[in-house]
Amino acid sequence: MKEICIRGGRVIDPASGRDGVGDVWIRDGVFVGERDLHWEGGEVEEILAEGLIVAPGLIDLHVHFREPGQTHKETVASGTLCAAAGGFTSVVAMPNTSPAVDSPATVTWLQEKIRQAAAVNVFLSGAITKGLGGEELAPIGSMVKAGVVAITDDGRCVQNHELMRRALEYAKMFGLPLFDHCQDYGLVGDGIMHEGDWSLRLGLPGWPRIGEEIIVARNIMLSELCDAPVHCQHITSGGSVRLLREAKARGVKISAEVCPHHLWFTDACLESFDANFKMNPPLREQGDIDLLVEGVVDGTIEVLASDHAPHAAYEKEVEIDQAPFGILGLETELAAFSTLLVHRRKALDWSGLIARYTVNPARLLRLERGTLAAGAVADVTLIDPGMGWRYDVGESFSLSRNSPFHDQEFVGRAVRTIVGGKTVWSL
Amino acid sequence: MNTWNRKDLLGIDGMELWEIEMILDAAKAFKGVGERSLKKVPALRGRTLVNFFVEPSTRTRVSFELAAMRLSADVVNMSTSASSLQKGETLKDTAKNLEALHADMIVLRHSSPGSCRFLADRLQASIINAGDGAHEHPTQALLDSFTMREHLGSLAGKKVGIVGDILFSRVARSNIHTLRKLGAEVFLIGPTTLVPRSFESMGVRVCHCLDDVIGELDVINLLRIQHERQRKEYFPSLGEYTALFGLTKARAVRLREGCLIMHPGPINRGVEIDSDVADSARSVILEQVTHGLAVRMAVLYLCAGGKGVPA
Repeated sequence: MKEICIRGGRVIDPASGRDGVGDVWIRDGVFVGERDLHWEGGEVEEILAEGLIVAPGLIDLHVHFREPGQTHKETVASGTLCAAAGGFTSVVAMPNTSPAVDSPATVTWLQEKIRQAAAVNVFLSGAITKGLGGEELAPIGSMVKAGVVAITDDGRCVQNHELMRRALEYAKMFGLPLFDHCQDYGLVGDGIMHEGDWSLRLGLPGWPRIGEEIIVARNIMLSELCDAPVHCQHITSGGSVRLLREAKARGVKISAEVCPHHLWFTDACLESFDANFKMNPPLREQGDIDLLVEGVVDGTIEVLASDHAPHAAYEKEVEIDQAPFGILGLETELAAFSTLLVHRRKALDWSGLIARYTVNPARLLRLERGTLAAGAVADVTLIDPGMGWRYDVGESFSLSRNSPFHDQEFVGRAVRTIVGGKTVWSL
Repeated sequence: MNTWNRKDLLGIDGMELWEIEMILDAAKAFKGVGERSLKKVPALRGRTLVNFFVEPSTRTRVSFELAAMRLSADVVNMSTSASSLQKGETLKDTAKNLEALHADMIVLRHSSPGSCRFLADRLQASIINAGDGAHEHPTQALLDSFTMREHLGSLAGKKVGIVGDILFSRVARSNIHTLRKLGAEVFLIGPTTLVPRSFESMGVRVCHCLDDVIGELDVINLLRIQHERQRKEYFPSLGEYTALFGLTKARAVRLREGCLIMHPGPINRGVEIDSDVADSARSVILEQVTHGLAVRMAVLYLCAGGKGVPA
């Protein structure tokens, strides 16, 4: 039996409302309460946490690890190291690999890979449709049995509303949340950046807000019709926030996430034609950022996530309309949000920020994680809330280097990541 | 005195007024060279220029080729079909290979906006934008303004209408930037689908009825309607386009006396412009082509290290 005591930190556990200086005890990889500490013998490992925040292990429910099929970009091993270095103890991997995760066989294969190579917990999502083709339902029930925690065609969006309705109804049978990448293909066309003054000036095809909003509205209506949960991924438009807020007020089971790059940068960054500012959905305007922040603060957007999407340098270093969408995110997301939302805007306190990375995604995914409660798996993130630092993508654990956050200065950083009582990374 | 210090010409957006004027003044000096029986000066002797046209073009390529030859540069032409891009080589690698062959200047025509900037950021060689997607076509705008100035003198306060598919037009964008800097008033004219009101953020007037403004214009610049590329939802038919926005004989009558008729070419006779109107005395379409040569000589001369207007 091994015991660990994380001593003297500011313990923040939004799931229980705990927020104060104290100790956190772990025995055999599980949290234990103070009153259970009458165990004798064996050694106690002490982790001094004075001046640090002791939070439940952070959860990022939106990452791309590229395995199987594109292991030159990222692997389970390298991706989970990024997660650990960013303070994340659990991630949900998206199914748009090659082949796609659209069968129990692929789920099982990946789980074996994860067992061998992962530094943190990796939960899997399965495809909604076969091959992410948007035409036929994937074997959702079999994938649930194999262990997926959500279904999504992320990267693609099911355009056929009838099929989407059937997917929702079917997934409801398993209590499985459906995640949707909200993009109307007709309205977006070959758009690669926000449709606005900058796309007009640069001559780049526009990706209009309405291309997202119309699918958010569709998802709200289908969620209401089927009384089943839909989670809107990486929301970027201020209009989407308004739709979501109104629907949530009526009790619709709709939820949403926002990514740090959509709050940190605007479409003006594309002036450089640098493909590291190209992601799907695209960077938008300051007005959208303000509305997204409002949505995060009032709980309309209850989850934060990275959409960690590695691509090799040679793939990104091409003409911008030919470059793939997506950027790295796991190593910088906590720092970006803490800098922006806690320090600069003072829009959230640490407890609010941590809730959006722990109890909220855990509840959505029905995972018994994201809490420091006795009996839960001992996933912990230690955070230095005031540490100033600069991100150097050259030092990244990722196999790729596609980050627009290179050289950005942050305040706040994870300094130690503990998974099941075991330290997997520390600064 | 201002001194030219750009190695590249990527676009008009971001250029200073004096830089534009320096190119136009240098073009004036080079215009004389083309009118001599010996049409060559030694300014770029020993320099190598590659015309790298990833998107097909004849007039712009020939114009750059002749401009470089008149400056005594060695010129190589490369088009998509002959290049390794067809074999999957990246633009960066192809251009790096050209540089390894000691190309001093690369004139790039490419369908991707920003492709010239992309190369300029990565190469020592001078990059001259000969059209990058819907972004910019700076030498076209410069030759358009040169032609206007030859006829109208200063462009300050002059009313210039640009008619047609503005949304997808690099010529329109470069013209907007050039004309605004030179003080002209710019009218963008065309259907709401191709001339969104958001262009007003660039300091121009947007107009969806040609007949409302045709009598005020000092210049009417008609853009080619690219019906081979046009997705049909932008307007119902060429016939309807011509009826609403074509410079027909009936409309040409309403032009002010002295109004210049311009077109970057190639023209679609009977679509954006009536055939006889294109050939009429007020049309300066072929002069634009001639001036293109002088403007491109000026651009190559300056970007190759010329410090100012040649004596």
